[in-house]
Amino acid sequence: MTAITSDFSSAPVLPKWVVPVLLLAFAYGVVPLIGSSYLFEAILLPFLALSLAGVGLNILTGYAGQVSLGSAAFMAAGAFAAYNFNLRIEGLPLIGSIFLAGIVAAAIGIAFGLPSLRLKGFYLAVSTLAAQFFVQWALTKFSWFSNNSASGVMDAPRLSISGFALDGAIGRYLFALTIVSVLTFLAHRLVSSQTGRNFIAIRDNETAARIIGIPVLKTKLLAFAISSFIIGVAGVIWAFAYLRTVEPDGFDLDRSFQILFIIIIGGLASIRGAFFGAALIVVFPLVLSRLGGFLLGDLFDSGVLDMSQRIVLGALIILFLILEPDGLVALWDRIRRRLLFAWQST
Amino acid sequence: MPLPSYTLGVMEASAYAPEVFAHGLPSSPPEQQPAANGEPIGSVAGVASALLSLQGISLSFGGVVALADIDLSVRSGEIRAIIGPNGAGKSSLINVISGVYRPDRGHVKLDGAVYAQVPTQRLAHLGVARTFQNLALFKGLSVLDNVASGLAYKVRSNFAGQVLGIGRSRGEQRDSLSRAEQILEFLDLTSVRDRLVGTLPYGLQKRVELARALVAQPRLLLLDEPMAGMTASEKSEMAAFVRAARDRFATTVVLIEHDVGVVMGLSDRIAVLDYGRKIADATPDEVRNDQRVIDAYLGVASDNEDGAGI
Repeated sequence: MTAITSDFSSAPVLPKWVVPVLLLAFAYGVVPLIGSSYLFEAILLPFLALSLAGVGLNILTGYAGQVSLGSAAFMAAGAFAAYNFNLRIEGLPLIGSIFLAGIVAAAIGIAFGLPSLRLKGFYLAVSTLAAQFFVQWALTKFSWFSNNSASGVMDAPRLSISGFALDGAIGRYLFALTIVSVLTFLAHRLVSSQTGRNFIAIRDNETAARIIGIPVLKTKLLAFAISSFIIGVAGVIWAFAYLRTVEPDGFDLDRSFQILFIIIIGGLASIRGAFFGAALIVVFPLVLSRLGGFLLGDLFDSGVLDMSQRIVLGALIILFLILEPDGLVALWDRIRRRLLFAWQST
Repeated sequence: MPLPSYTLGVMEASAYAPEVFAHGLPSSPPEQQPAANGEPIGSVAGVASALLSLQGISLSFGGVVALADIDLSVRSGEIRAIIGPNGAGKSSLINVISGVYRPDRGHVKLDGAVYAQVPTQRLAHLGVARTFQNLALFKGLSVLDNVASGLAYKVRSNFAGQVLGIGRSRGEQRDSLSRAEQILEFLDLTSVRDRLVGTLPYGLQKRVELARALVAQPRLLLLDEPMAGMTASEKSEMAAFVRAARDRFATTVVLIEHDVGVVMGLSDRIAVLDYGRKIADATPDEVRNDQRVIDAYLGVASDNEDGAGI
């Protein structure tokens, strides 16, 4: 796991908060006015949910160096926990259900993070698969979780905040955007705090970290807890705001890999990277399908699309690992520096 | 545990005269036998002793003896060198002192408390810091953050306080950074404070590691080959920094080094290891003239030089 922190010292830069604030202003002020329902439903909502999951996994894998293949399990735990809290606790506001769901996901994360105290790298990744299989099995096996629904597919509750309904596409978008923005901001604060530095220290040299007195075991479990909390909330957004149904099927191993790919392609140990990676993962199949349809016409059916999507994505990941292991973020920063340099020299 | 430094106790005498009490203290009570892992197995309050002393340390890996019955005593405030040829057991000794290895026999007495294995996780709290033979920096952090991480053991605010910037976290953050900056200035590293540590040249990385160890103002500083792989001028610079650190922070220094020349000028006392045994322990001048040391470093002339009978 290499670290990604770019050296900005050569280029004149705006204060760090300017770009995020402008982006947020655009996302809140402009996008709802110009976006189509297709944009919200098919692009922005999955993008927001997957970005948040990427932020969560990046804390664990990118910063703390603990590889996990159980992300989708924590998403599922979050989604089902929020559904059940909402269903079974009378009068609990939606935001309370979501918070408690994050706590449940964090607890499960700690339980499945325990092997990290003894295992590293590849072996740890394999042991986190246990979370993936166990959670999915438990959710399917015990129908209590799905409120004894015959199909196992439940409708998500309608989104509302203090009586104000948010169930249109724009409302759900704003709901997701708010949660993602707040958690991302907190995650950003976390990784630049002492705790975040401890994560990086453990990733880069566990022995040295122990010798200088960083509580290694506690810090690893904390990374699992925080990461799972964020991924759990991402699961709620995925189910409640994007799909509007809660079911175990969407949270399979493929999803775990998808989130891992997001942070590898976007950039490990970078909060922005999760957004870059998620954007690519969400937009790429749509572009591919348009492009394929345009070039090949009817030959390009859904089977071909699915196959070509996997092939191209696989190739992309290999290319990134070889050519740009620091991900899209590093690529972006380099392009930006070049442009700034070119602009200055004219 | 305060150390009265004015009396010379029995314990220290044993370390100076290993041939008299070859296997530790004859009078040591049974509860002082190495037992608990990481817990002090006794204390010798009231009996003044060195800041650090090793008693009868033996360590072997499989059949290979790394250390054999080593006694070593380090006085408060001295620069103590451990030298020896490759494979003499120098790094093993440092690893025993810092608790990375548990010795098969013998124990480590640190500041009056006796340990079968020094608790690595509490090392920083005990006032011990170390550097590593191969750089053990945190590559993904800046120089400043690497050095500030040397104070992580003191942090008592939790992550929530740090994220929200409330409670004691702000004061702690300010305090760590300002102390880290002071050390950077002391070691002439201020100009690279925001660089990623992995991008620095090797000699500077070694110095950053020294800074990370020093920032906690340890009472005992263990340096595992701090000058390995350096050029001659870098070495003398590093030696000057080590001496300055001792003078400024009253830190006791134990250092391992290959370069005998640098060590002679830097240390107060030198222990020489060869094949896991201590073959000399004296001032630089005495060590320089010790026949066994010369033999260990230069080899012994064979009695049978013309090869007759082969």
